[in-house]
Amino acid sequence: MNEHTVKSFDQELQSLDRKVAQMGGLAERLLGQSFDALERRDPKLAENAVASDRAIDLLERELQEQTILMIARRQPMANDLRHIMTVLKIAGDLERIGDLAKNIAKRALAVSGENHPKPLMTGLKHMLELAMRQLKDVLDAYSERNADKALEVWRHDERIDAMYNSLFRELLTYMMEDPRNIGLCTHLLFGAKNIERVGDHTTNIAENVHYLVHGTALIDDRPKGDDTSSTLIRKE
Amino acid sequence: MVMDMPSQSTFSARGAVAGGKATKISARGVNVYYGEKQALKEVNVEIPDKGVMAFIGPSGCGKSTFLRCINRMNDTIASCRVAGRIEIEGQDIYDSKLDVVQLRARVGMVFQKPNPFPKSVFENVAYGPRIHGLAKSKTDLEGIVIASLRYAGLFEEVKDRLQDSGTSLSGGQQQRLCIARAIAVQPEIILMDEPCSALDPIATAKIEELMEELTESYTIVIVTHSMQQAARVSQRTAFFHLGSLVEEGPTEVIFNKPQDKRTQDYITGRFG
Repeated sequence: MNEHTVKSFDQELQSLDRKVAQMGGLAERLLGQSFDALERRDPKLAENAVASDRAIDLLERELQEQTILMIARRQPMANDLRHIMTVLKIAGDLERIGDLAKNIAKRALAVSGENHPKPLMTGLKHMLELAMRQLKDVLDAYSERNADKALEVWRHDERIDAMYNSLFRELLTYMMEDPRNIGLCTHLLFGAKNIERVGDHTTNIAENVHYLVHGTALIDDRPKGDDTSSTLIRKE
Repeated sequence: MVMDMPSQSTFSARGAVAGGKATKISARGVNVYYGEKQALKEVNVEIPDKGVMAFIGPSGCGKSTFLRCINRMNDTIASCRVAGRIEIEGQDIYDSKLDVVQLRARVGMVFQKPNPFPKSVFENVAYGPRIHGLAKSKTDLEGIVIASLRYAGLFEEVKDRLQDSGTSLSGGQQQRLCIARAIAVQPEIILMDEPCSALDPIATAKIEELMEELTESYTIVIVTHSMQQAARVSQRTAFFHLGSLVEEGPTEVIFNKPQDKRTQDYITGRFG
């Protein structure tokens, strides 16, 4: 890509990408912290997660102000306009991912005193690992402007959905077996739902990378695997 | 807001012009030379009827040269030679039998700097209809002048100053006076060569608003250096570079996802 005649425009665009990378790094770390919180149930970890989330929020606000100013000042066109709009949208998705990760960490601590059935925790951690890998891949796709890679992320979200489905059914079973499990299972269910939402925001970012590169929206139907909204407990 | 303007088809039978989608102007293999120097190379473009087509490109790219080919303004430059074919509704405008005066009545022009005649506001607009014999009587002529001024969005501002000199108006008003003068002879096409570059933002907005209304009845071709203006007012945009038409297409495509890298570099300010 050639440089702009106005050098400061290039610097501003680079600064946007630096901040997106920074936000993405923080969001990844925050997901890692919530993973640790699930594993170790250390209250210190929840505090760390809250602090990281505040840094993400701050960056989102900065990016909002910066992008609006750039649109007003530079009246960007074509790929520049797409770049700036994409940054604004990605910042919004990363901010939501931060919130969700923080929430997972908090829930992990809320259930720290209880006896965790191992297979459930393993399922949840696998799901979170997958969501983290997806986030990392989509951030790479953004920084490389790699629409194919973004498309791959977009398609792989189905796996997270599938894990969420099976976890959902498992949790229902545990709750039916023994009502004393309901408290723990509800928290874990929300945790799983949050991870599933992280996956959805990740696919949003993937769609934005595609738009940034090609100038068109991703329109074919994404394979969706989450059917929990229509799942019921069957009465015997 | 077509007022009491007489019908447009006075100067030519309009054939199968339908739905504003038909081709109004068609250029094929147009080459233009100023002496030895080639200013335009193999320009091919179809300009649809009733709408705004914007020409953009860096200075010296040939966009104004091409604009001036459409009403044969280049004839006035001795060293200028135009090859290729330009048709308006299928009629070759470089045909030796064609009456250039009639052509320029069909194809009006508005320039970068407002250039009213040093005559009254009324006379500025009345001049064209009078020499082309469009008015049967004095009342008829007055009707045309008022309708044209009104169409150009100027009448309310000058109705008490019709006998004042055209040059006493503000820059923006002068430009709208020139547009009124152009439409008074009932052209089919209006060429605009950077019509707003000497105007302040308010006057510019008024001209742009006017252009939108004019598209109901006229085909407008505008040369502009303001990308934002092209994006706002036109339905199609053509990008010229070094005498060639690099890319032409729907305006939203040109400004969102141009096909040619040169177009993208130009509209995003990366040229040079």
